[in-house]
Amino acid sequence: MSIWKYANPLKFMGWTGPIVVPMAVLATVCILTGIIWGFFFTPDDYRMGSSVKIIYIHVPSAMMAINAWAMMLVASLIWLVRRHHVSALAAKAAAPIGVVMTLIALITGAIWGQPMWGTWWAWDPRLTSFLILLLFYIGYMAMWQAIENPDTAADLTSVLCLVGSVFAILSRYAVNFWNQGLHQGASLSLDAEENVADVFWFPLVLTIVGFVLLFIALVLIRTRTEIRARRLFSLNARERMNDA
Amino acid sequence: MIGLLMRDLRLAVRAGGGFGLGLAFFLIVTVLVPFGVGPDTGLLARIAPGILWIGALLACLLSLDRIFQLDFEDGSLDLLATAPVPLEGVVAIKALAHWLTTGLPLTLAAPVLGVLLNLPGPGFIWLLVSLAIGTPALSIIGAFGAALTVGLKRGGLLMSLLVLPLYVPSLIFGTEAARRGAEGLAGGAPLMFAAGITLGSLAILPFAAAAALRINLR
Amino acid sequence: MPELGKYAAEVLAAYGATFLLLAGLVWATWARSIRVRRALEQALEQRDNG
Repeated sequence: MSIWKYANPLKFMGWTGPIVVPMAVLATVCILTGIIWGFFFTPDDYRMGSSVKIIYIHVPSAMMAINAWAMMLVASLIWLVRRHHVSALAAKAAAPIGVVMTLIALITGAIWGQPMWGTWWAWDPRLTSFLILLLFYIGYMAMWQAIENPDTAADLTSVLCLVGSVFAILSRYAVNFWNQGLHQGASLSLDAEENVADVFWFPLVLTIVGFVLLFIALVLIRTRTEIRARRLFSLNARERMNDA
Repeated sequence: MIGLLMRDLRLAVRAGGGFGLGLAFFLIVTVLVPFGVGPDTGLLARIAPGILWIGALLACLLSLDRIFQLDFEDGSLDLLATAPVPLEGVVAIKALAHWLTTGLPLTLAAPVLGVLLNLPGPGFIWLLVSLAIGTPALSIIGAFGAALTVGLKRGGLLMSLLVLPLYVPSLIFGTEAARRGAEGLAGGAPLMFAAGITLGSLAILPFAAAAALRINLR
Repeated sequence: MPELGKYAAEVLAAYGATFLLLAGLVWATWARSIRVRRALEQALEQRDNG
């Protein structure tokens, strides 16, 4: 008995089936509550005015953009080491979600930056590294698209994800070196000095939890779809062989 | 190993190997830039290190798909994979051959093109050194990208998409060193970082590239 | 509706863009899920009957 038994495709379909819908509902509830709370019942920031309300989508999406890549990295490693097909498919399923999260973070950031910094875009380290992250996501997805054999695709994208992670981190520090930023520090560090005020904190945590749940629900749905697609692929392949 | 290096060098230099193509491309990119941004020498002097680095990077990209593609097509890559030499070593040698036929000539040509862009006097040596240190990373990263896409029909475009983001750190530190040098500042720190990235890439990527090749040859 | 002051346009635009992107993602996920599920069911049926 080990946790790996849950990675068997059939088992995976079995245990994820019943939890997908509750997970999606819970994610929706958390996001909606957090956003309604943040949108209607928090005061304006004394410096940023009402624009501070963008934080409830900007910060969670930015966190998920990075966490999605981290999850892809873990899933790729599991695939390379233990050859669980579900793992590779989960990594594939997470990439488009990561792209959307990165886009949301970039767009809301640009909209927020316009009144605060007087510019849509600045070549600030954080902004720039997110743009680079977006490029990595695009390359990763393009690689999945380009290769026909599913196992080869899983292997090559996993290797790419590993190497890409190293270079993404390198780029993160390289751009730090290259330009000083406009972006403020961490909003949610353990260091209380840096932290956002409590009134903003609670709804923010709620939306973050909501985004995490949304991510999990979407990954589960997409992975289930990928498993079905793989099954279909092999069924069709068998049929063609029978016909021939 | 040496035999393989000599073979790759000969193949690259021979007619149709595209040896001069990268250099010509580098020249053309550099010549086109002033048409794009205007002939103001002050501006050109300021952006010269960046332009030359980007030109070198793109010229390098141009010849990457030749690293493995031809050997893959005529089957000699299968032979190399089963040869007593480790595949990691083959990757390293092929990257070295690529660097000797593109990175090194580009590095040597860059100061000449720097004259066209009005690069300030102290910048020449920094540009030369930063390219000499940075371009090996471009070759080995490119070899990794080429290994990933070797089995694909039209892998060239995908490879650019994969490889260019990986070039970001080298580009940042390389141009930063050259820029600081051109402005008369000390460029030692970014140069060290660039060297670190080159050495790190040389240490890790042959293994990743060999793994990718094995997957593609399966 | 809370008073959004001079940043109303920015805040609403940010929320609108997010909503659109998320809706697009959820829709794409959903649509593909249903399409693949149908196709698989059909293929299984064909195999069992044929």
